[in-house]
Amino acid sequence: MNQRSTEAQARPLAPGVGTAVRSGIEVPVVVDPTRFPVEDPGKPGEFPFTRGIFADGYRGRLWTMRQYSGFGTAEESNERYRFLLERGQTGLSVALDLPTQCGFDPDEPMARPEIGKVGVSLSNLSEMEILFRGIDLSRISTSFTINGTAAILYAMYIACADRTGVPRSKLTGTIQNDILKEYVARGTWIFPVRPSMRLISDTILFGNRETPRFNTISIAGAHMRDAGCTAAEEMAYTLANGLAYVDELIRRGGNADSFAQRLSFFFYVHMDLFEEIAKFRAGRRAWARLLKERYGVTDPKAQMFRFGVVCGGSSLVAPQPDNNVVRVAIETMAAVMSGAQSIFTCALDEPFQIPTEFSAELALRTQQIVAYESGIARTVDPLGGSYFAEHLTDRMEQRIDALMKEIEDYGGAVKAIEDGWLQLRIAHRAHERKLQTDSGELPVVGLNCFRHENQAAAPEEVFRVDPQASRRVLEKLEAVRDRRNQAEVERVLDRLEQAAGVDDENLMPHLIECCHAYATVGEMVARLKAQWGEFREPVRL
Amino acid sequence: MNPQIEKTPLRGKRILVAKPGLDGHDVGAKVVALALRDAGAEVIYTGLRKTPGYIARVAVDEDVDAVGLSILSGSHNELVADTLEQLRELQGEDIPVFVGGTIPAPDQQGLRERGVREVFTSDIPLADVVAAIARLLS
Repeated sequence: MNQRSTEAQARPLAPGVGTAVRSGIEVPVVVDPTRFPVEDPGKPGEFPFTRGIFADGYRGRLWTMRQYSGFGTAEESNERYRFLLERGQTGLSVALDLPTQCGFDPDEPMARPEIGKVGVSLSNLSEMEILFRGIDLSRISTSFTINGTAAILYAMYIACADRTGVPRSKLTGTIQNDILKEYVARGTWIFPVRPSMRLISDTILFGNRETPRFNTISIAGAHMRDAGCTAAEEMAYTLANGLAYVDELIRRGGNADSFAQRLSFFFYVHMDLFEEIAKFRAGRRAWARLLKERYGVTDPKAQMFRFGVVCGGSSLVAPQPDNNVVRVAIETMAAVMSGAQSIFTCALDEPFQIPTEFSAELALRTQQIVAYESGIARTVDPLGGSYFAEHLTDRMEQRIDALMKEIEDYGGAVKAIEDGWLQLRIAHRAHERKLQTDSGELPVVGLNCFRHENQAAAPEEVFRVDPQASRRVLEKLEAVRDRRNQAEVERVLDRLEQAAGVDDENLMPHLIECCHAYATVGEMVARLKAQWGEFREPVRL
Repeated sequence: MNPQIEKTPLRGKRILVAKPGLDGHDVGAKVVALALRDAGAEVIYTGLRKTPGYIARVAVDEDVDAVGLSILSGSHNELVADTLEQLRELQGEDIPVFVGGTIPAPDQQGLRERGVREVFTSDIPLADVVAAIARLLS
């Protein structure tokens, strides 16, 4: 046991409380400022933004409440979006089904069992027109959790706006578009790493010009976290991936002072409250420093670390599922005290199924209660200057720096991922975490402690996607193929394929043209595969 | 190392751990694969995005003692049925199949009725997973 932790402690340790945060950083029982000098955190809204990117915190504008949602057909999802907007949600977050995410049309054999299961099926522009029917794209910000086919869905969104007369410059929202972490943790990769990096640069460079209010990438640690990373690893690997994108964009001629203003980030908030807050404060500071010191970025807007979060994920468990509401409430408080720009609160049944209307509303209510009743949003960075918060922020930043250096020494994020090195490390970490949970070393109430025989095993209400959804999706696809101008489709697809073979040509205008012609996601992906081939997963255990 | 599974009850067994369909969540598959390996088994892991036909072919060609299918996309009913069918076509119907993932309780029973021998969800301790598979193969 760490000497420092025990000094002020006369009594034996209470079981389950521990002396370290979950990343393994030992914490003192009392932070005595004369013994643990802390760094001056500066002011909110000023470099290095430890205390937040805005001087006035949430007073000018609360965070965006954005519940991830989508399933079945575009018609059903459109109905759920209107339900959430009527209840006070302030942004949309589109969940896509796996065929759309992996670049298969619904009628391909790999796709059929998965149509509409984990999100909505959007194979072509006509489906997106249905999805946003009655929703004004110039007034709502829309986030798409899309990666392998992000450029295509972004093109489709632009085409959809074009059709409804919304100027591109007015579009707000985010595409996740972070392929590096897909190779590591989420698995919706399509093309090899290098052409994928090119496609991402195309979207960011195009977006800077055409949709200046739209975030063309959300560099995500969330999925690596849920795959097993600690909080410190989540932040470090995400920043390392961020640097890989910045390097690629600079190589393509981008100006970091400009494009870095549209980079955004996305993380999980799990249960260790102060560890999470320290993670975000440290990450914000580390990113600002990297941009300034490594790339000479001087515009404060380009140094700002803007991030969204998801509360819940693998910190939620099936036994006694109602407990999950309490977990998400605590995590939401951590997110707010960290200064998150957008929050998605998982529903109590989210880890096991698509939320029901009841659980989806309760999840949104959780953040509304934190926002409007708890009062913690009134003052920016309310923990700033706390001996403990500053101490842990400093320690977390040191840990993040050390982990990033490890990746750098290996040869950078792209190499670590191509080789499967990072994937292997995270798999072993997940195994460790599972054993710690099994043994009770990581207490989870209702799962490995305080269980009783009659407790609820899982949510009682099971959400089912309409079994007819898949048939309707297939019928609609056939109708679109019959209706569209086939010669025009072939012509624009040919142009896309040709452009994909030329390294420095931006593919976005071609993809938008394909979307307008009602070419499908699968057709566009097939043409890109013809030029680039497919990713070969390094399988290591 | 967890003392509960430091024994090697699966020594000499070959087990295929597979990811059918498009689901990219591979933590469960990898963690179970590592636990089976720690328990003495020789584990073959397919990697992501494999068809039921491919999985059945590998299972039969590699002469494995069991096949584990990991599915978290909600497509377990279709993908498991298809894999069992493909195994039958290749005369591999005697190979025991177990399934892991987010499988709602009513579906767990359905999968067992189709011939799946064990269903594991993420809250089950690894030691119990290993013990159940060891019983299955003893």
